[in-house]
Amino acid sequence: METQISEWRAYVSRSPAVDGADVDELEAHLRDQIDELRTAGLSADEAVLVAVKRMGDVDSLSREFAREHRGRLWKQLVLRGEDEPARDAGDWRTMLVVAVAAAVTIHLVRLAAGFPEELPAWLVRNAGLFVLPFLATYFGLRRGLGARQWLLAATPFVVAALLVNLYPWRADSDTELLVAAHLPVALWFAVAYPYMGGSLRSREARMDFVRFTGEWVIYYVLIALGGGVLMGLTMAILEPIGPELAEHVIVWVLPAGVVGAAIVAAWLVESKQQVVENMAPVLTMIFTPLFAVMLTVAALTYALTGAGGAFDRELLGTFDALLVVVLGLVLYAMSARDPMRPPGPMDRVQLVAIAAALVLDLMVLGTMVVRIGDLGFTPNRTAALGLNLVLLVNLAAAAWLLLRFLRGQLTFHRLERWQTGYLPVFAGWAAAVVALLPLAFAFT
Amino acid sequence: MHIDKDLVAASATPMVLAILAEGESYGYAILRRVRELSGGELEWTDGMLYPLLHRLRRLGYVTTEWRTPPEGRRRKYYAITGDGRAALAEHQRQWATVTRALRDLWGGHGLLPAIPGGV
Repeated sequence: METQISEWRAYVSRSPAVDGADVDELEAHLRDQIDELRTAGLSADEAVLVAVKRMGDVDSLSREFAREHRGRLWKQLVLRGEDEPARDAGDWRTMLVVAVAAAVTIHLVRLAAGFPEELPAWLVRNAGLFVLPFLATYFGLRRGLGARQWLLAATPFVVAALLVNLYPWRADSDTELLVAAHLPVALWFAVAYPYMGGSLRSREARMDFVRFTGEWVIYYVLIALGGGVLMGLTMAILEPIGPELAEHVIVWVLPAGVVGAAIVAAWLVESKQQVVENMAPVLTMIFTPLFAVMLTVAALTYALTGAGGAFDRELLGTFDALLVVVLGLVLYAMSARDPMRPPGPMDRVQLVAIAAALVLDLMVLGTMVVRIGDLGFTPNRTAALGLNLVLLVNLAAAAWLLLRFLRGQLTFHRLERWQTGYLPVFAGWAAAVVALLPLAFAFT
Repeated sequence: MHIDKDLVAASATPMVLAILAEGESYGYAILRRVRELSGGELEWTDGMLYPLLHRLRRLGYVTTEWRTPPEGRRRKYYAITGDGRAALAEHQRQWATVTRALRDLWGGHGLLPAIPGGV
C-alpha cells in the first residue's frame, strides 16, 4: 500500500503547478479516505484504488491547480487549455510569418517616406501603428480568436489610424509629438485584448498580461543588445570594403530588426524556452534596494535645499519617468511574488522606495501647479501633469495597501486587485492624450 | 439523481464557506460533510476541493494552519475570516433570490414545474 501511495505522490508531484505542501495536503486526504474505506471492510488494494479514483484524474487536477496558481506555472510552462494539443512545432511558423510581414511593412513605409534622408511628420505620428497591429495579429492567431473578436481587436487600431491621420495638424505641432509618444502606449493596451483571448474581464489574465509586458521588455532589451553587437561587428568588417555597403546594411537590417524583434520577443515569452528563467525576481531584488536608497537621499536633499531651487520646466517629465520606473519595480515585484508568502523585508524596502518617490513627486508637483497657475496650460504641461497625477494616485494607493499588508490587515490579493483594476486608467489616459488633447489645443 | 456540473461548481464556494462558518476544518472532513448534507447526491471529485480552498485563501476568506492532532495525521486546517463571512452573506443573498424566484415559478411547494401551454 505504501508503495502505491508513494507512486501516486510522485505522479502528482510531476505537475509544476502542484507544490510540495499541496502534495502533502492531498496525501493526507488520500490516507484519510483509505482509512475510512478499510474500516468499511475494503482490502488495502481496493481502498487505494477507490481513494485514488475519487481524488480525480491527475491531469485535470493539475490543470485546476494551474488555474489557481498561475504564477507558479508562469515560471515553468505555458498554460494549456483542456484538450488543446501542444503546438510548439507549428507555432514558430506563425511567429516567423508575422515577423516577416512586420519587417516588409516597415520597409515599404520607409521607402514611401524616404527615411532616413527625410523624416516626415506622418512617419513619427504613425510609429505605433507599424509594429503593434502585427503583435495583436500574432496573439489573435495564437489564441484562435473568433470572427467577432477579430473585429473588436482590430477596432482600436483602425480608430487610431483614422484619428491620427485625419486630424488637421498644424506645422511643428506639439500635440502631434505627444500623440506619437502616447499612441504606442494606448495600442499596447489594445494588444491586451487578443493576448487575453478576446476578453478583458479576468483579473488573473490581466496579471498575466502585466507579467507578459515585464518579460517582453527583458527579452526585447536582450535581443537589442545582441543585435547591437552584431551590427557593430558587421560595420567594422564591412567598413574596409566600402563605407556605402555598411550603410546599406544598416538601412535594410536595422528597421527590420527593430520591428521583427518585437514579435520574436513576444514569441519567446509565450513559448518559454527556459532561457531566461524568470528574470523579474532577480531584477527586483537588485534594483528595489538601490532605488530605495537613491530616492531617500534625493528626497532628503530636496527637502533640505528646497525643491524650488532646482526647478525647471523639464523637471516634471523627469519625475514622470521616475514614477514610471518605480511603478515598473512594483509590478515586477508583484508578478514575481508568491501571493501566499507573508510580508518580508523586501516588501518594506519597496514601501520605502515608493514613499520616497511620492514625497519627491509631491514637492515638485506643488511647484509645478504654482507655475502652471502663472504660465497657463500648454499641451506638454497638460500631458506631463496628467500622467503625473495618474501615476501619483496609483502609487499612493499602492503604498497605502502595502502598508496595511505589512501590518497584516489585508491579503496580498488586494494589492494585485488594485493594480489589475487600475490598468484601464492607464489605457484611458493614453487614449485621451491621443484622441482628446489635440482637440483641446486646436492641433497646435 | 445527477446534479448538473455547473450547478455543483456554482454552489461549491458558498457550501465550503458555510461549512467553515460552523467551525474550522480540513479538506477531507469538509468533503465528508458535503456528502452528509446532500445525502450523497452532491458528488465532488475530491481533488478539486483543494484548488478551491487555495483560491479562498488567496482572496483572504480563510486562513490556514498545519497542525497534527494528538491522535491523527498532520493536516492543513482552514478557518473562515471576517471577509469570508461577508462573502458568505453575499452568497446567501444571491442564492435566496434565485431560490425564491424559482419557488414562485414552480408553485411554491417544490412541485414539478407547471409549464405554460403544456398538457
